[in-house]
This record gives sequence, structure tokens and C-alpha cells, in this order.
Amino acid sequence: MEPKERQLLSGNEAVALAALHMGVALGTGYPGTPSTEILERFSSIGGKAQWAPNEKVALEVGVGTAWANARALVTMKHVGVNVAADPFFTMAYTGVKGGLVLVSADDPGMASSQNEQDNRRYAKAAGLVMLEPADAQESYDMTRLAFELSEEYAIPVILRMTTRVCHSKAIIHAGLPAIPEREAHFDRDATRYVMVPGYARPAHRRLRDKLKRIGQYSEGAPINFAVPGDKSLGIVTSGVCYLHVREAFPEASVFKVGMSYPLPIEKIREFAGSVDRCLVVEEGDPCLVESLRTEGILCEGKDEMYRFGELNVPRIRRIVARDTSPEAPAAKGKPPQLCQGCPHRMAFSVLKKYDCIIMGDIGCYTLSVMAPFESMDSCLCMGASITAGLGMRHALPDAEARRVVSILGDSTFMHSGLTGLAEMVYNPPKTGHIVIILDNGTTAMTGMQEHPGTGRTLDHQATGKIVFEEVARAMGVTNVVVTEGPPDFDKAVREALSKEELTLIIMRRVCRLAETKIAAYELAAGRCQ
Amino acid sequence: MNNKNVPTNIVLAGLGGQGVIRAANILAEAAFIAGCDVKQSEIHGMSQRGGSVSSDVRFGECVLSPMVPTGQADYLMVLHPTQVENNLYQLKEGGVLLSTRNLIGEGGDMTVLDIDDTPLTSRNFNVGLIGLLSTHLSFSDDVWHEAVRRHLPKKVHEENIAAFAYGKTLVK
Repeated sequence: MEPKERQLLSGNEAVALAALHMGVALGTGYPGTPSTEILERFSSIGGKAQWAPNEKVALEVGVGTAWANARALVTMKHVGVNVAADPFFTMAYTGVKGGLVLVSADDPGMASSQNEQDNRRYAKAAGLVMLEPADAQESYDMTRLAFELSEEYAIPVILRMTTRVCHSKAIIHAGLPAIPEREAHFDRDATRYVMVPGYARPAHRRLRDKLKRIGQYSEGAPINFAVPGDKSLGIVTSGVCYLHVREAFPEASVFKVGMSYPLPIEKIREFAGSVDRCLVVEEGDPCLVESLRTEGILCEGKDEMYRFGELNVPRIRRIVARDTSPEAPAAKGKPPQLCQGCPHRMAFSVLKKYDCIIMGDIGCYTLSVMAPFESMDSCLCMGASITAGLGMRHALPDAEARRVVSILGDSTFMHSGLTGLAEMVYNPPKTGHIVIILDNGTTAMTGMQEHPGTGRTLDHQATGKIVFEEVARAMGVTNVVVTEGPPDFDKAVREALSKEELTLIIMRRVCRLAETKIAAYELAAGRCQ
Repeated sequence: MNNKNVPTNIVLAGLGGQGVIRAANILAEAAFIAGCDVKQSEIHGMSQRGGSVSSDVRFGECVLSPMVPTGQADYLMVLHPTQVENNLYQLKEGGVLLSTRNLIGEGGDMTVLDIDDTPLTSRNFNVGLIGLLSTHLSFSDDVWHEAVRRHLPKKVHEENIAAFAYGKTLVK
């Protein structure tokens, strides 16, 4: 690829290209909209990328790679960071040797998520550097910068993107590849990598000292910049909102925050002091405005009504005008639904017929909450179907407890279901329990990604395969049934409901959208289905 | 097309699986090949499950926000009749609606396309509508053909370039 060549890329594609240009040794993550395409693209342009069973695993694999003096890219959606929060906080103490960049893809407005948490909070909570790109060019540039900073300060860096940055295409000019010439190698240093209290206490002080130095860098960093303009209105903003702001108020003075942690406080203080009215325009939580006020910077925030959903040019005009009149309701489109012809649709008719209390999970099947099924009673987070179902079984009177079933998909089971099974075997409810895995052989909702239960790698090559029924039996689940169609499934559910046993029912039929591709992968791998 | 500081705003809408994003990719690519600044934005999280899908394409001398401001679309291209009403708010006054013939009334600047009487199929009518849209824009046929080729597999190039040409003949 020619340097400086003009390219039309999405934010996700730009991150992948920058990772390739920075010589990333390993990209890992768990699929989740809007982050999924980063690793798929990285793999397709020649990078080494793999799907992990979940985000915690991915981040730990990335940390190990970075401790070995190689560069690692770890990608996940915003809620994935919750799963990875354990290593997330302590890797701030240990630091890294090779660069480690974690992409957190947030979803304000919840185009495809269960909440709209603002992961800028995480950077401050853990003490990790965070960069926020506005478009594809910045996604490319900041990915490169993130690796440089990560190595210079020996600290993991978070690249916080949002749906509009991940999935918007824009023109970018890439730079020249800058692949480090060095060998991966591990230097023992228990004081750095073994976080026992005696080593962790000084590590925490080292972290705060490091953040102070990065704060000084932030004050002079070109990614934090002021756009001079009319002094009557000054707007402090970050991410894609910067572009909306520039379009809505081309005459205003603007301060663009590129590093959202640590913030360039003195530079912003100077900007705020130079304008008559200083307004903070940010999507999601009032993180930026709170940080500035804590530092004694006089500034105005948005009304609470703009905490919800994405911002855009018209909403930013309203914020500036302090307009808090009700907004026009969003146009109602057609909601997504379980595919016609999906072999797993019938499962919900069966469970409804038996009047089950259905503890659901995250995946296509969550759509069974919609008409015509209207048959899901909960959906909290990855894996909670099993464990919340167990909790209900413990608390409910026996007759009601017997109706509780937990239902989840194959990829979700690999992600967070195994510990739930362990809990079920270890602390069985007295009425037993029923777990159902709808195994369609792919991570369908996010666009047909592989997982450990498919036995194929991210790029669809044959690899080790986890067989759910064998794992469940080995863990001590006494009644394991594999079904492939409505009559079998109906019978298995009916029988399980009449017993007080620990039951796992696997309903195994390939996703209709993926079946042609899967058959081709299996053929290429020399295996038959 | 518009003056230098105001980008051309186009919203494409339809249902998952109809090729809305593909059509938007072709349109953005044409603007890119023609040397414009261009931004394309979409919400496609659960589109594979048949839900509403839309994509914004903006091009011109300089494009800032990737989203077409509400009610500022110069062109609204809708691939499914049920999706016209919920997207009309995107269209600016005097903007042009391009859609398939359907259950909604015809009037104003709306151009409709009845694929039953045409060589178009459900697989390529998105490119047919792009052909119709192209008559409002100033990109050359070479640019459009190249954009179509870059976003579709080789075996359907000829068919889609024919669909594009047919779409161009539908000008009122």
C-alpha cells in the first residue's frame, strides 16, 4: 500500500490498519457490536487475530503478550470491559513492556446493546490513559499514538470509540509502517508483575506518578487543541461531538479533547478563561464537565435530557440554546426479529406451552421477547440466564421454582456459562434446574463469528473444539440431552420439567444464515459436519 | 449540487437484507472516486434480523459530522415501501424521494419505481435506484461503474451495470 494514499475507511478499519502498521503481534477480543470488524479486518489484511472465549480472557492474553515485549491490540464493546474489569484495574499497576491498546467501543443510544454505560469513567477509575477519536483519520492516528504512549510510559492505553466512530466511513491518509525491530522476551521482575500487597503498594504510587507525567504530556499534546473563533461562545468537546459542534457552530471557539484521561486541565482552564461562555458538549454522562468543575474551571454543562441517546447537529443546537422543550419522538422503524426459518424459533413456542419462567441471555434469541413469542422473562448480561435462574429456583416456592428454565446460545455459553454450570452442580436448588443451550454453531447476532465450541479459529481454520455435552457430564450434570428438532426438544423439556434433576438440553441446529459458509469451512478443513 | 460549504446529504433506508448498506457503500465510493470529501454513517447492529436499516451519505468540498442533520436530506432513497413513512422526516423541504412503487401516495417530487415491469430483480434493484439517483448528481458513468465494481463480486458486475443503466432511464 502506498503511503499517503487516500482511502475511504470506517473507524474500525482504520484501527486495524494502524495496528498492522505498528507491528501488532496479536489482536484478540470477543465479538460485540460495534467493535467486531476491527479484528476481522486486522486478520484479513495480514495481522494475527483471534477470538477469545470472553473479554477477560482476551485482555489477559493481551497483557501477557505485552509483558513479553510485543504489541497487543484487544477489542471489545463497552459492556465487555465490565467482564474484563478485573485485569483492567490491576494492569494499571503492573504496566506493560510492549504496547497494549484496548479498544472500548461504546454504544450511546444503544443501537445494539443492553445499556449505554459511558466507559470514560473506567479510565479515571483505574488510572489508565484514554484517547478518544472523532473519525476514521483520528482512529488511525490515535491507534498509532496509543502504542507509542503505551511503550513510552509503560502503561496500557484505552482507545474509546463510539458506534458513530466505529461504523462511519471517512477519508484517511495512512502513514508509513513503523514496525518495531525487537525480539519478544520476558525479563523477570517480581516487583513489577507479582501484585502481592508488598509490591502493589509501591506499584500504585508508581502509577500515580506516571499519570502525573502523562498529565504534563497531555497539556502539550497536539491531540488536545483549541480552534480559535468567536469569543462569545466557547465549546469544550470530544469524540464525534467535535464534528457535530464544528458543523452546528462554525464561528464558535472550540476546545477538542483528544486525551480524555489524564485531561489537559491547564490548557482547558486557559481556554475557558478566554471565552465569555464556556459550555461542555459531551455525549453520555457528564464526565468531562464534572472533571472540569472539580478543578475549579467555570463551565456550563448540558441539561440532563441530553444524557440519553446520541448527540447530533440539531441536538447540539438545542443544548447551546438551553432548549429543554420536549424533543420529537424518534421515528419508529421495524424492530429486528428472529429469522423466519430459524430452527431455534420453536424452542420458545415449546417453553411457552409449558408455562416456563424463561431466564434469557444475550444473543439472537433475546429477540424472542418480541411478538409473536413474547416469551423471555429476563436478559441481564452474558451468562446470567443460568445463574439468575438458579437464584430464582432457590427463592421461589417449589411449584413455581420447577417452571424456571435458563436458556442461552452456544457462544454465550462459552463466554460465561461454564462457571454457571459449576454453580449449578455445586449449589443445586432442591427442585433441580434446567439449562438449555440453543447451539446454532456460530456467534450469530454479531455476524457469524467463530468461538471455542465451533472448533474453528477467527479465520475459520480447524482448531481444538469444546464439546458442551462432554464438558457438562464431566462437571457433574447428571441429565444431558442432545436434541435436533421440535419433537425431540419438546420431549426433553417435558421430561425434564417432571424431574427434579440437574438437566442440560442442547438443541443443536446450524444457523440458517451461516450454514452454507460453515459447510464450506468444514469441507476446507477436511471434516464433515 | 450544492455550493461548496454545504454538503450533499443523502439518506438510504430499507430493511435488513435488502442491500441498503451496499447501496450506501456504492454511493460513498462514487463520491470518493470523484474526489469529494465524503462521510458515510450507519446503524446496522441488528440489521441481519430484518429490522429497519438506514445509512447517511454526505459528500462535498468538506464534510464534518457523519450524520445528515434531521430534516436536511436532499435525497431520500427507500428500498422498502413500509419504510417510507418513518423516514420522511429526514427529507428537507423540496428534497427528492426515490422509492419503489407501493402502497403510499405519489406526489410532489417523488419518483417511484415498479420493479415488476422492469429487468430489475430483488437482488439488484438497489443498484437500479442508484442509477436513478445518479441522474440528479454530477458523477460520470465511469465513476459509478467503478464504484459498482468495487463493491460487488465480479460475476454480477454486468448484471448490476445493466441495472444501473436501466435506473437512469426512469427519469420522469
